[in-house]
Amino acid sequence: MRSDYILETVRMIEEECLDIRTITMGISLLDCCDSDIDVACEKIYRKITTAAKDLVQTAKDISMEYGIPIINERISVTPISLLVSVSGGDPVKYAKTLDKAAKDVGVNFIGGYSALVQKGMTAGDEALIRSIPEALACTDIVCSSVNVGSTKAGINMDAVQLMGKVVRECAELTKDNNCFGASKLVVFCNAVEDNPFMAGAFHGITEPDIVIHVGVSGPGVVREAVKEAGPDKTMNEIAEVIKKTAFKITRMGQLVGSIAAERLGVPFGIVDLSLAPTPAVGDSVARILEEIGLETCGGPGTTACLAMLNDAVKKGGVMASSSVGGLSGAFIPVSEDAGMIEAAEKGVLSIEKLEAMTAVCSVGLDMIIIPGDTTAETISALIADEAAIGMINNKTTACRLIPAIGKEEGDTLNFGGLLGYGPVMPLRSVSPDVMVKRGGRIPSPIHSLKN
Amino acid sequence: MRAVISVVGKDRPGILAFTANECANRNINIEDVTQKVLEDIFTMIMIVTIPEDPEEYHSFVTDLESLGEAQGLKIHVMHEDIFNAMHRI
Repeated sequence: MRSDYILETVRMIEEECLDIRTITMGISLLDCCDSDIDVACEKIYRKITTAAKDLVQTAKDISMEYGIPIINERISVTPISLLVSVSGGDPVKYAKTLDKAAKDVGVNFIGGYSALVQKGMTAGDEALIRSIPEALACTDIVCSSVNVGSTKAGINMDAVQLMGKVVRECAELTKDNNCFGASKLVVFCNAVEDNPFMAGAFHGITEPDIVIHVGVSGPGVVREAVKEAGPDKTMNEIAEVIKKTAFKITRMGQLVGSIAAERLGVPFGIVDLSLAPTPAVGDSVARILEEIGLETCGGPGTTACLAMLNDAVKKGGVMASSSVGGLSGAFIPVSEDAGMIEAAEKGVLSIEKLEAMTAVCSVGLDMIIIPGDTTAETISALIADEAAIGMINNKTTACRLIPAIGKEEGDTLNFGGLLGYGPVMPLRSVSPDVMVKRGGRIPSPIHSLKN
Repeated sequence: MRAVISVVGKDRPGILAFTANECANRNINIEDVTQKVLEDIFTMIMIVTIPEDPEEYHSFVTDLESLGEAQGLKIHVMHEDIFNAMHRI
C-alpha cells in the first residue's frame, strides 16, 4: 500500500471534512396499514423500533472500527398519505408516532410524512398535506415532503397552490422557534424514491421492505483537489480531477454501506454521492466554485462551473459504485453553506441566480430564507417555477423556502447546527396571484411521450 | 484483519518508540513500518494486526489517539479496507 495514498485519505478525513453524512434505513410501512388509525400507529411503532433497533449502534461500531466519521443515522418510511388513505382520522397521530419511534431508536431525523400528488390528490393525500404545519410544529424530528410535479405527469397546480399556504403556515406555527417547521418541509418535482438525505427522504413503494442507503459528502475534499490542481489547468482537466476525487469518496460510501447492510441483515440500496455542505469552515460547495475561478459564488460563470461540477461528480460516482442513486450531485442549500451565506450577504447571490443554478445541479431552491410578509401565492409561484425546471429538464428539483415571520430583507435567521443561518433574501414584489389561483394542471411536456 | 496507524507531528526522539510501545502493551503485532522526516515534520505509517475483540480494539484506538494528542501528535487508526476501496480499482 502506498504511503501517499494513506496520507491522502487521512488528510481528507482530518482536514477536509470527508465523512459519511448519513446512513439511512428505508422502512416500508405498507404492512402497517389498518382501517383503525390507532392500530396502524401501534404497528408502525413496533415495526420501526424492531427494524432500526441496532441502526445507531451499528453505525457507531463501523465508525470506530474503520476510522471514518459517520455523522447521522436516519430513517425514511413509506409516504404516510397512503396509510391515511386507508385509515382516515387525524394524520398528525402518524407524525407523533414517527417522532416517538425515531427518538426511541436514537436516529436524528425520520422522513416520509409525505404525499405524491403530481397528477392528483386523493382524500388521504389532501388530509395529510393540510396537516403538515401542525405535524411539523408538534414534532421535533419528523420531515415532510410533497411531490407536486413530474416530467411524466406535469405539474399539479392545485397542489402547488395549496403548498404555498402550507409552507407559510409551517413557518407561522413555529415563528417562536426560528420558523423551524418550514425547514423540515420539501416540495419536489420528480422526487426520487431512494434519497437518503433529509428533509426530502421517503421510502418509495417500489423499494424492498427494509433497505440501507448511504449518503457521502465531501465538498472540502473536492475543493482541496481543485486547489492543488492550480489555476493553469483547463476546465476539462479540472473536471477530470473532480471525477477522480468523487470516485474515491464514493468507494468509501460503497464500502461502509455494504458493511452496514450486512451487519443489519438487510439489502444494500444505493450510495448517494452528494456534495452536501455544512456551515463548518471548509465544507462548502460555493467555495469549490470559487476555487474553480469565480471571485464570489453567484456572479457570472457560476452556472457553468456548477454544471461541470455536478456532472463530474456523477461520472466519478458511477464508476465507483454499481448502485449510485438518490440525488447524487451538488447541493446548494444557502443557509447550510458558509460560502453561499457570504455571497448572499454581499448581495451577489440572488434567488434568480439560484434558480438558474438549480437547472444544472441536483436539487433546487434549498434553505432559502424569504421575507416574512411573502404571500402564499408568491411562494406557490416560486414552487411552480422550480417544478417547471425539473419537469422540462427531466431532473429532480425542490423548494425548501423559509418565510421568516416578522423579519424583512437584511435580517438574519439562525437555525443552529447543520441547518446553519442566513440572511433574509429579497424577492420581487409583483403579484402572481391570478396565475396561481387558476389551479388545474400544467400538462406534461412533449418529450414525456416516449412510448 | 489489519489496520493502518498514521502518525504525524513535529520530529523529536521517541515517537516511533512511543507508538510501538503502545502496540506492544496491547499485544498488537506490527507488520510494517514506513517513516520519514520532511522539513522537521515526522510522518510514520504502521500496519498492524488488529485484535478480534471489538471492545479491545475500540479502547486501543481511543487511547492511542488521545495519548498522541497529548503529545502533540496526530494519530489516526483506520481499517486497511478503506484504503483498498478508495485507491484500487
